[in-house]
Amino acid sequence: MTVTHVAKDTERLTMTMTAEYDVTAERAWALWDDPRQLERWWGPPTYPATFVDHDLRAGARVTYFMTGPTGDQPRGFWDVLEVEAPRRLVVQDGFADHGWAPIDAMPSNRMVLDIADRDGGGVVMTVTSTFGSLEAMEQLIAMGMEEGMTLAMGQIDAILAG
Amino acid sequence: MVVDQLSDAGVDRLFHALADATRRDIVRRTVDGEHSVSGLARHYPISLTAVQKHVAVLEDAGLVVKHRHGREQRVVGNHDALRRAQQLLDELDRLWHGRLDRMGTLLDEDSRGGTT
Repeated sequence: MTVTHVAKDTERLTMTMTAEYDVTAERAWALWDDPRQLERWWGPPTYPATFVDHDLRAGARVTYFMTGPTGDQPRGFWDVLEVEAPRRLVVQDGFADHGWAPIDAMPSNRMVLDIADRDGGGVVMTVTSTFGSLEAMEQLIAMGMEEGMTLAMGQIDAILAG
Repeated sequence: MVVDQLSDAGVDRLFHALADATRRDIVRRTVDGEHSVSGLARHYPISLTAVQKHVAVLEDAGLVVKHRHGREQRVVGNHDALRRAQQLLDELDRLWHGRLDRMGTLLDEDSRGGTT
């Protein structure tokens, strides 16, 4: 059972996403630590993500690309800032050009993951995204734009699977 | 989709306009009704010229509409543009709802003995 909550703070330019899962912290951490699992949720079904370099160690750079419906492949990266497996991960998420160089003109955002134990078992996963500007928020939205349309489909799939 | 209603340049202008605290405050005040530029200027510790510049940025982004009433310049907020900004934030909201849902689906597969 998943309970999700998304709180927007347009003044502080942060969004906080919370979900509860009936698993251990180690299992929840693997969703981020195992690139093959990460690929199954990072991009929407119409914009699947492929992670190229993936090593969750402070100072490492994780690279990925997404493949759009028209074959476009925007590239992104995470600069890993803090890692405390299986509890906390802090990365700077940005866009890269086709040589994997960060595109400074494109905004990046800081993403903080916290995995806390829930009373009675399970975990609470909190992801906080902080943006340098509203432009940064908009760019991310443009990248995830397909999501609005595919979400309904994903929910139907989940119901059928259940 | 929401962004289809705006060109990329239009979206950039919209969010650049909203990225400044004084401009956001001008939008908040003018969305409920018309204000003169000189009246707005009294709320901020900056010059009338600086306020006029902020209003010009907002006007360029389509967030406010400016017109002349006698010798006064008056400004009123544009509800449609603000609604578009809110819709863009809602899209980001949906992006993360989708991600958290997909994580849940993956974890559910474990308990059903599915492949991971």
